[in-house]
Amino acid sequence: MKRWAGLGFVAPALGLLLVFFLLPTVAALLLSFTDFDVYTVADPSRLRLVAFGNYERLLHDDRFWTALRNTLWFVAVAGPLSVAVSLAAALLVDAKVVRGRAIFRTILFLPVVTTLVAVAVVWRYLYHPRYGVLNQLLGAAGIAPIDWLGDPKWALPALALLAVWKGFGFNMLVFLAGLQGIPERLYEAAALDGAGRWQEFRHVTMPQLAPTFLFVGVITAIGYLQLFAEPYVMTQGGPADSTLSVVLLMYEEGFRWWNLGYGAAVAVVLFLVILAASLVQLRLQRRSVA
Amino acid sequence: MGAAGVGHAGGGGLIRAALLLVVVAWAVVGCGERRAADEPLTLWAMGREGEVVEQMVPAFEARHPGLRVKVQRIPWSAAHEKLLTSFVGGAMPDVVQVGNTWVPELVVLGAPAALDERLATSSVKRDDWFPGVLDPNVVDGTIWAVPWYVDTRILFYRSDLIPVAPATWDAWVTALAEARRHGGPDAHAILLQLGEWQPLVIMAMGRGATLLRQHDCYGDFRNPAFRAALAFYVELFRSGLAPLGGAASAANVYQDFAGGEISAVVTGPWNLGEFAARVPSSVQWSTAPIPASQGAPPGPSLAGGASLVLVRTSPRADDAWKLIEFLSEPAQQIRLHELTGDLPAHTAAWNDPKLADDPRVAAFRSQLDALRATPKIPEWERIAGKITQFAEAAIRGTMSVDDATTALDAAADGILEKRRWLLGGCG
Amino acid sequence: MKLWTVFVHALLLVASALTLLPLWWMVAASFMPPGEASAVPLRLWPSVPTLEHYQALFARLDIGRHVAISAGLAIVTTAIALTVNTLAGYAFAKLPFPGRDRIFRGLLGALVIPGQVAMLPLFLLMRAFGWIDSWIAVIVPGMASVFGIFLVRQYAAGLPDGVLDAARMDGAGELRVFRSIALPLCAPILVTLGLVTFMGAWNDFLWPLIVLADDDRYTLPVALANLVGEHVQDTELVMAGAVLTVLPVIVLFLVLQRWYVAGITSGGVKG
Repeated sequence: MKRWAGLGFVAPALGLLLVFFLLPTVAALLLSFTDFDVYTVADPSRLRLVAFGNYERLLHDDRFWTALRNTLWFVAVAGPLSVAVSLAAALLVDAKVVRGRAIFRTILFLPVVTTLVAVAVVWRYLYHPRYGVLNQLLGAAGIAPIDWLGDPKWALPALALLAVWKGFGFNMLVFLAGLQGIPERLYEAAALDGAGRWQEFRHVTMPQLAPTFLFVGVITAIGYLQLFAEPYVMTQGGPADSTLSVVLLMYEEGFRWWNLGYGAAVAVVLFLVILAASLVQLRLQRRSVA
Repeated sequence: MGAAGVGHAGGGGLIRAALLLVVVAWAVVGCGERRAADEPLTLWAMGREGEVVEQMVPAFEARHPGLRVKVQRIPWSAAHEKLLTSFVGGAMPDVVQVGNTWVPELVVLGAPAALDERLATSSVKRDDWFPGVLDPNVVDGTIWAVPWYVDTRILFYRSDLIPVAPATWDAWVTALAEARRHGGPDAHAILLQLGEWQPLVIMAMGRGATLLRQHDCYGDFRNPAFRAALAFYVELFRSGLAPLGGAASAANVYQDFAGGEISAVVTGPWNLGEFAARVPSSVQWSTAPIPASQGAPPGPSLAGGASLVLVRTSPRADDAWKLIEFLSEPAQQIRLHELTGDLPAHTAAWNDPKLADDPRVAAFRSQLDALRATPKIPEWERIAGKITQFAEAAIRGTMSVDDATTALDAAADGILEKRRWLLGGCG
Repeated sequence: MKLWTVFVHALLLVASALTLLPLWWMVAASFMPPGEASAVPLRLWPSVPTLEHYQALFARLDIGRHVAISAGLAIVTTAIALTVNTLAGYAFAKLPFPGRDRIFRGLLGALVIPGQVAMLPLFLLMRAFGWIDSWIAVIVPGMASVFGIFLVRQYAAGLPDGVLDAARMDGAGELRVFRSIALPLCAPILVTLGLVTFMGAWNDFLWPLIVLADDDRYTLPVALANLVGEHVQDTELVMAGAVLTVLPVIVLFLVLQRWYVAGITSGGVKG
């Protein structure tokens, strides 16, 4: 009786996941071995199996490498920046002397719940070369205006800044939870040993936060590997492909040009990269537990 | 967590509320799907045209009582995917504006209705359009779309720095070099954006290059005509006549033009209004057709522009065609020009003084007799992307001109592999 | 010590100001007369506050319709997701059935699959069902989520078995035990999950952009992106649209943040 009940309880969820997630995922893998394109949309008999042809093409596709480079740059630069900012915010909010902790926490978290499309629109104006808030502030400091989104050198950093602003609050909450999990007695012991604030941070907080760091780092990296909406709304991948990301490339190939086979290959590669990142996390986690 | 405090009130109510919501939701979703029989005609229009065409619709509705038109505006940046996904999903409107280079792709999909029969008995005739403007809409001898406006590119130049519009390539280079000397030490002469394939393809067409060969099944970039055009193009950068700034310099095109850092740009009609608004009126500038490399001027330019497609599956095709006829009339073409600055595709519209008497516009008129369409195959955009890529490599010197044309042929042949398979070898 | 206190608070104030600046400017600009948001020097406050952009959005651009659509779809998605995920999460925690642990491990493995991978074939599937350009297609991907199941399972695992067994002794069926005992006890995590799902559905952009063709059916973020495409120059109008898009989720968060924060810090990290 009970066992059938259990199956009945999970059936709707598993059914939905099977049809709308698992099946399409497997289909994507299969699709990536075909040359599904506009010709195929019109006439399914024009579908051919191409084995690893799409992947081979990826290797020789400059835009793919550009997209991968941009995405990895994003992970490597915006990732640590986001982690650092959120850790700093968490430490500040968690400091013993702070009054009105909940208010600060709420304010710093606010960008997380905002709609990305909406704030991306707002930031596009903040980045306006002439009227934008940012350049006006820089101008007041005597710095020449920067064409944030129009200059290939600056466009990706500009998106990174937005992404960090939008996302650091979430990591901050996770760090806060981690900080609150550190036993008070460790700090007391450190204080007895005459440790200053920095030594306390270095020898108690940091080691205790290690698992949280790992979690935050990997979650952030995986999120940034899927970078899409920021470049889509703000720059369309330009100028000169300087903000083209892997998911944006997949979107363009798949939905703009209907090269579904090729687009699926891009998606699978993205999956492999994310899988690799997750495995690294698992490895590190095991080691830190052991 | 202190869950116990929540008490027993919530459970059953929550589920019941959820179920109720689901029921309501499906009812609502169902409503969204229903389509009334007397729905208005739907027209999808992109960008600026999407905004202004709404002002043209009342006149149409007044002429055809009982017909209503709903205009849906689509940003250009999302237009192509919107079109294809809605075609695949069976959610197309009745009439849709398209870039005329998309026509071959849509034909492969079977999206547009063939228009030859309708044109034979219509108030608009195929001879009403400039042949070069109509051409991109003709695939395999059939007309699949009707030209709406023209977006060809010509030369915008500082008439004080370049007193006589160059008619030949030699005169062009000489004039640019001369203008550069006047412009000061930091000056260049002509802005050619590295991210754009159009200027190079225009030059190649001027040399007589066909770009592809054998029924558009293979690249033909090693052809001497294309090679010569690429060499000419690369030399413009190498000699410093064209700045190597990358896309960033495009942002300052109006300032640079006004300041004399550049004295010429190859660009389209959308910039007539922009230049008039952003370049100070003290700066003298004019427009001229593309110089010729061989034969009588002008040299050819691209037959770009937007067309109107009658969607094959439209249940109101006859009414939809009336809308296309209406928008094609000279009077409406002139109205569109007034509202947007778009150049009419209809020959008769050009007799209007607003177009005929403006010398900057008149240069476009001469160009309209010398237009060439890019290869009419769905793969063209991808091949064009490769042209941009390898041309930049040649300009930056990471590849020689010969290596670039070889690589371009290889890339094009790869992209066209499926076409060859479909056509069974291309003869 | 005093100096330290001042220092920490000063830093927090600066950080808060920087965080709020974009949002503040968005709100302020939405009340400015046309052109003022592009003024040099910068304005952070409208000279004469005006509601004209909001009026234009509602009267001329019919934004109310898109607000209603987004709200409706987000509510429906949330209702379905809550029902489906809670049932499953509870069963994975408390109701043994054959293959349970293997299935659950499989689900956890699926967490590393980015949603974008499935998107292309999912579109074809929607087409096969004839759902393109309908709201069903919009809510489909959010109905069941591995993360949601996981969240509920972690929480439900902590429920005392004794209470559940006692109810069973009284002759209650499993559905009844779930409804009258387990569900009320799970209320906090339900609020968390509901909030996360609602926000996800409300904020979603890419998928509705792809599956909706007719602009009468657009969700708010898609309508906003469209608005930006057409009215780039009308900064103040666009800002008003952005405010309307962001405001509901912010309000919802402020009201329910206690549960949200608790959910993230408990369920999210332990895993």
